[in-house]
Amino acid sequence: MNNRGWFRNGMLGLGLAFLYIPILSMMVFSFNNSRLVTVWDAENSPTLRWYVRLLENDQLLGAAWISVQIAAMTATGAVILGTIAGLVLARFGPFRGRAFLSAMTTAPLVMPEVITGIAMLLLFVSLEQLIGWPEGRGMLTITIAHITFAMAYVTVVVQSRLAGFDDALEEAALDLGAKPATVFFRITLPLIVPALVSGWLLAFTLSWDDVVISQFVSGPGSSTLPMEIFSRVRRGVSPDINALATILVLIVATGVVLSTLYMKHEEKRRLREEQMARSGN
Amino acid sequence: MSQKTIDRSHEYVRIEGVTKRFGDFVAVDNVSLSIFKGEIFCLLGGSGCGKTTLLRMLAGFESPTSGRLLIDGQDMAGIPPYDRPVNMMFQSYALFPHMTVEKNVAFGLEQEGLSKAEIAKRVGEMLDIVRLGDFARRKPHQLSGGQRQRVALARALVKRPKLLLLDEPLGALDKKLREHTQFELINLQEQLGVTFVVVTHDQEEAMTLATRIGVMNKGQIVQVGTPTDIYEFPNSRFVADFIGSVNMFDGQLVEDEPGHVRIRCNELEATVFVSHGISAPPEAKVSVAIRPEKIEMSRSAPVGTENCAKGVVKEIAYMGDLSVYLVRLESGRMVRVTIPNVERHADERIVWEETVHLSWRPSSPVVLTI
Repeated sequence: MNNRGWFRNGMLGLGLAFLYIPILSMMVFSFNNSRLVTVWDAENSPTLRWYVRLLENDQLLGAAWISVQIAAMTATGAVILGTIAGLVLARFGPFRGRAFLSAMTTAPLVMPEVITGIAMLLLFVSLEQLIGWPEGRGMLTITIAHITFAMAYVTVVVQSRLAGFDDALEEAALDLGAKPATVFFRITLPLIVPALVSGWLLAFTLSWDDVVISQFVSGPGSSTLPMEIFSRVRRGVSPDINALATILVLIVATGVVLSTLYMKHEEKRRLREEQMARSGN
Repeated sequence: MSQKTIDRSHEYVRIEGVTKRFGDFVAVDNVSLSIFKGEIFCLLGGSGCGKTTLLRMLAGFESPTSGRLLIDGQDMAGIPPYDRPVNMMFQSYALFPHMTVEKNVAFGLEQEGLSKAEIAKRVGEMLDIVRLGDFARRKPHQLSGGQRQRVALARALVKRPKLLLLDEPLGALDKKLREHTQFELINLQEQLGVTFVVVTHDQEEAMTLATRIGVMNKGQIVQVGTPTDIYEFPNSRFVADFIGSVNMFDGQLVEDEPGHVRIRCNELEATVFVSHGISAPPEAKVSVAIRPEKIEMSRSAPVGTENCAKGVVKEIAYMGDLSVYLVRLESGRMVRVTIPNVERHADERIVWEETVHLSWRPSSPVVLTI
């Protein structure tokens, strides 16, 4: 028993190490005083020097702001379109072309990003020649391109959430005299809110860290943060990138921890209430 | 309930030759039916017999492939569920999980555009009727099964529908609660004067609830009648076998008079004498159905040479109020007999491997030709 416990914990440790040592080392090196990324300057470390320099770097901060805007717009657009697609796939029965629609909305999940990027670029260029819109390439084109692939993820999330709850709920609402639009806004929508929230966050993240597609459809002055990082790293890794990455990791980790705590709290409350119902017959 | 007379003067629902096909599958096959005002009509049948499809057509969730549905004289073709004077109680109850009990019940009234005060008043009254006043602020997942069932009922009834459709209303409740709820349903129905159409696969539920039962099989209505009609005078082998348990013997008519018939069965030594005439061609193959509780069992031989059989007790199931005996006849055929346990002491009761004589009255057997 003891031996097995040892083995299990050992394997767990190895697994976690494999996943997190790279990130940890990056975090440690962000406090390194040395200008050379791979050399640890033991005398003057740790230091916040790179963090200070980062805050003075308008170019990086500007790119981060662009990224946030694009990610938020992408997430919102993807949630709207993905919800419609998910709703149609989950609730409209076996209509003609359902299989085709299902395959087409989920295809971007497996499409190589390079292909999507080139296709988008060609589309935008020829659109501009034909109808003069979109004018040039920038945040708008990046957002549109991101929506096309992020929507696929939202569709899948919404569809599975809808499949998980009884469609008798919607029928009951119709039966009680609610018109289809009322049924959607008062019954269906509140029930799929969790799926919409996680879909939104997923789309935000996907857009936030996309480099390949953005690379194709961006224009002057619309470099996203990942693009900016990528181009800096190509010129040589500078320690302020470590600082930036550390901040990003901390933000993400805080979000994950908070949402986990919230879900645990909700779960506990639900269990308590169910117990109350059983004892209070 | 079976004693209650049905007022046939006011036909409320009229189903005219309704057929529903799903692709090649015929779910409902040319059904015609009238349901009267104030009755509790049960559609009874096994799974896949089309009873739920018929109910969903009344609610407006499915439309007939052919035929007409009229509610209160109005053709329902093309009328969406939200414009029908009908409410439904779903098998899963379909309570809105994100709303409190109060909000669930109020939902239907809000759609009618009533004032807040009026809604609050009617919701309060309804919750009192189903005895859930104290649970108004709870969410559905904080309720027990029986309470959820009552919320579903309240939500449908608060709209004051003329016709309430109930899909397996007691299916999700345990046995004790079912019996209790059955009588509650009947009381409510009488109190509010609503016409109920109930779908169920449970014959006991149908028997206690219904004023009339429509037995369905393979998309067709095979018999319509009061619970007594259906049980005592089944019109086919299917109905006799589906409702309650029955001993069925195949045989041939040997004597066919207007006032009585004699039937020879392969598995019975003696002939069966039935004290009423039947309409069947002479020498026709018929079945004789005898209910287990209509067979008398004793240690001594009965008088006469007809309507009797001899056998050995092979199984006894003690059910408390009655005992079920399985008796093997000399032909090898097993016969089911139920005897009420009138005596508390078991000394006098017939035991395993005893030889017994079975007999029944001439009025008891039902002769079936289809």
